[in-house]
Amino acid sequence: MSHLLREHAPITDAGWQLLDAEARGRLTPGLAARKLVDFSGPHGWEHSATNLGRVRALAEEPGEGLVAAQREVLALLELRAPFSLARGELRDADRGAQDIDLDALDRAARRIAIAENRAVFHGLKAAGMSGITEAATHDPIALGEDCERYPRHVAHALQMLLHAGVEGPYGLALGPEAYTRVLEASEHGGYPLLDHLREIVGGPLVWAPGVRGAVLVSQRGGDFVLDVGEDLSIGYERHDADAVELYIEESFSFRVLTHDAAVALTL
Amino acid sequence: MGFDQYHEPPEELPQQTRTFARLCASLTEEAEAIGWYEQRLALESDRDASAIMRDALGEEFKHFCMDLEFLLRRSPLWREIARGILLQEGDIVEHGERSEEQAVEGAAAQGAPLTGSSSLGIGSLRGATP
Repeated sequence: MSHLLREHAPITDAGWQLLDAEARGRLTPGLAARKLVDFSGPHGWEHSATNLGRVRALAEEPGEGLVAAQREVLALLELRAPFSLARGELRDADRGAQDIDLDALDRAARRIAIAENRAVFHGLKAAGMSGITEAATHDPIALGEDCERYPRHVAHALQMLLHAGVEGPYGLALGPEAYTRVLEASEHGGYPLLDHLREIVGGPLVWAPGVRGAVLVSQRGGDFVLDVGEDLSIGYERHDADAVELYIEESFSFRVLTHDAAVALTL
Repeated sequence: MGFDQYHEPPEELPQQTRTFARLCASLTEEAEAIGWYEQRLALESDRDASAIMRDALGEEFKHFCMDLEFLLRRSPLWREIARGILLQEGDIVEHGERSEEQAVEGAAAQGAPLTGSSSLGIGSLRGATP
């Protein structure tokens, strides 16, 4: 039995299949970081830290005639989004009901997807993780209110990467506000802005909940790494006569390996 | 009743692993039955008996294929390897080597779940629809 303790939950096999499928379906659209950065793993729940390949000197020597250095690692973050489901709903699902109330699961999926995106794109200081926009050495570009100028701003960002010697293809993560503006806009002549931006970027344009503004990132590989221990899973916490408490969980760290391989575009 | 299909203590195995093991056992039994009917048919001279056994053999083919399809659906890496080998013309060993290499590399790059994991199996979404 794994630490997720799924076997202890009062949930049938069909119930677990329903919950896993629902979670997978709700998570996938919003997991923008996984669409744009390198993925390492999953390495398992026991994987606790990412090797940084660096050492630090000790403040005091361990003894005369000895030299010591301590390895530096980036500890993985355990991220958990709890949720509660009515056992009556799960029993109805077993009877064949198809309109099961899984809103709490859907909200948990959204919370954890947003948290993963934020950690990757904007960092999580408390966990010692720097995000792409924090680590980027290029000056951010202001997108402004005028959508018709977005192609110019994105092209400028792309040129900044080219000048730095960062080859394409590139990908663009668009925060919800920027994505909506782009989706709704068309330029003179009615050409959809989304298609124009896609032509400029040459790679994916990704809806990225949790991202502020937009971020142009290299897609050549080797610049950004999401190091995953346990991949997103549903686990069991407890239950009573009426409800079962579950959670969506993952463990990961994130590193920026090339600091000039991304440009932030602010709103 | 025997529990020979389990190599590890059944009470410690997740439900989906027990189901997987049952279907593996069933696949083995269907393959054995196919082998037995082939041998019986090779020796049987009674036309009616042969007709019955040929009908039974068809059933075993069907059962074997259904078991295999179930297992492949539950094991994405196995499915990918099988895709490069099954129903292909040409050298079977060459197909096998190439298919295994491509499938394993592809699975690793996409963050395929660890064996026995009950994760959602999402992994990398590079190349997925935005």
